[in-house]
Amino acid sequence: MSVSIVNSCVSCWACLDVCPSQAIYESKTQMQVDKTKCSECNGFYADIQCASVCPVEGAILDSQGLAFNPPGSLTGIYPEKLAQVPLEF
Amino acid sequence: MELNIIASSCDDGSAPSCGAGDTGAAASVRAALPAHIQKKIETHPCYSDQAHHHFARMHVAVAPACNIQCNYCNRKYDCSNESRPGVVSEVLQPEQALKKVKAVAAEIPQLSVLGIAGPGDALANAKRSFETFKLLSQETPDLKLCLSTNGLMLPPLIDELCAFNIDHVTITINCIDADIGQKIYPWIYWKNRRIRGRKAAKILIEQQLLGLSLLTERGVLVKVNTVLIPGINDHHVAELSKEIKKRGAFLHNLMPLIAEKEHGSYFGLMGQRAPSAEELEQAQQACGVDMKLMRHCRQCRADAVGMLNEDRGAEFSLDKIAEQDIDYKQAQVRRAAVQKDILNKLKPEYCESVHSNTEISSNSSRLIAVASKGQGLVNQHFGHATEFLLYRADADSVQLVGSRRVSAYCHGSENCDEQQDLLEQSIACLEGCEAVLCAKIGWGPWQKLEAAGIRPSSDHAMERIDAAVAAIYKELNQQQQTCAELSQLA
Repeated sequence: MSVSIVNSCVSCWACLDVCPSQAIYESKTQMQVDKTKCSECNGFYADIQCASVCPVEGAILDSQGLAFNPPGSLTGIYPEKLAQVPLEF
Repeated sequence: MELNIIASSCDDGSAPSCGAGDTGAAASVRAALPAHIQKKIETHPCYSDQAHHHFARMHVAVAPACNIQCNYCNRKYDCSNESRPGVVSEVLQPEQALKKVKAVAAEIPQLSVLGIAGPGDALANAKRSFETFKLLSQETPDLKLCLSTNGLMLPPLIDELCAFNIDHVTITINCIDADIGQKIYPWIYWKNRRIRGRKAAKILIEQQLLGLSLLTERGVLVKVNTVLIPGINDHHVAELSKEIKKRGAFLHNLMPLIAEKEHGSYFGLMGQRAPSAEELEQAQQACGVDMKLMRHCRQCRADAVGMLNEDRGAEFSLDKIAEQDIDYKQAQVRRAAVQKDILNKLKPEYCESVHSNTEISSNSSRLIAVASKGQGLVNQHFGHATEFLLYRADADSVQLVGSRRVSAYCHGSENCDEQQDLLEQSIACLEGCEAVLCAKIGWGPWQKLEAAGIRPSSDHAMERIDAAVAAIYKELNQQQQTCAELSQLA
């Protein structure tokens, strides 16, 4: 049981600061999850902390590989609008 | 505490030649700031329009995390060609920030202010921000420290924050109404949960206002930034301004929304337009806030380096400073000398930019300067004064409206010639005043003051200031009346 972080992560460190299990670490391009440490916040908090603070939709996935924060859920920018956003960041 | 408005009638940055004929929209409000605030802002480029020409600032990007989402912000954006808040090229750890500050301070001796302004929120990264402040206060104690925050974490962190002797805090408060807030903030992270909608906005606003009050109660200088968003908070900013004034903010800065489609923010993509210059000005007027001080606000990046009108951040990237060997002690000495020199040069400019408005010369009220060593008495020699207290008198009242600092020009009988220019500066500093009360005054300065249209008087030496000001006010009225009668006779 572990969350995972994908490469749309912007390395803002917010998740690292709030993880109760110190399961998150920084790699060169993004944050990574140590799957042996991640508890999905069981026994700590009602909500999964990294997924509750992450500002990037789709960057954190549950153990099934589903995004905690699907497109539009954080920014209000739903996919049809997202298509207009330049790809180069 | 009143919301003081800082302004200069020389806001175009031209030579300080604004004459007494100035219409006075920008009255001598800077002088109305308490002396300790004037002292705090004199070298701060963001708060002082004079200082911004001479002093440099630097933001260290140690705070990438954020605990709220604003609809004008896109957290994915990171581009070195962009220049706006929240954008940085590289995020630093506290030790790296210290190294960068030292490198910049050695290269740019005008550096006076060090701020943490993101790219996220300074207090959402409390550990890194406070560690950075700790290192800096140990190793660069001469730099003023400030931070910028959305205010959500101010109340819980207030004691820790105040322990670092932080001079200035800027809180971005866009509204005090949760119904408006929910159109600006889609969510906040609060007490280990993501909270959305109106509830989120309500918590944020409560924390911001409480944080503002807690800071001002502790004597920290607080500026409030508001992003003006047409159709969303433009009708509301006057109410907001009133509230933050009540809570002791010393300055309110209204900034135009930056929202381009290519920035990828919600507002950018949804076609939310920015305010026109006229709308911005109208909103500023609606707030009763003279924004002249903040006209030079550049809405800097969170890793900006240099004078406000430049960004030299790229010269000080980590790889570029890695190889540098800096003699920090020598740099500190140089910095102190350079900044002292700037301040000395600034004084006359500062004084001359403090001007009266036309109402001062009208019958209804008069501005009177007083040389005092304290105890509420007119008890100082004109030439020994390093500060003049400014009183506004009318038929009913005498009110302290501020003070103006000068260099005492008289240090005894030696070097009198060299002191002449200081005398000129003192007199320039009193422009707009109709009289100056002092315990004693020499013949030379007496004549010069009279020539400048300022009536010197030592008749009220050792009297209580308020009584002396009321007396001179009456004398000036009588004199004016007599002159009018004489001219009628002629």
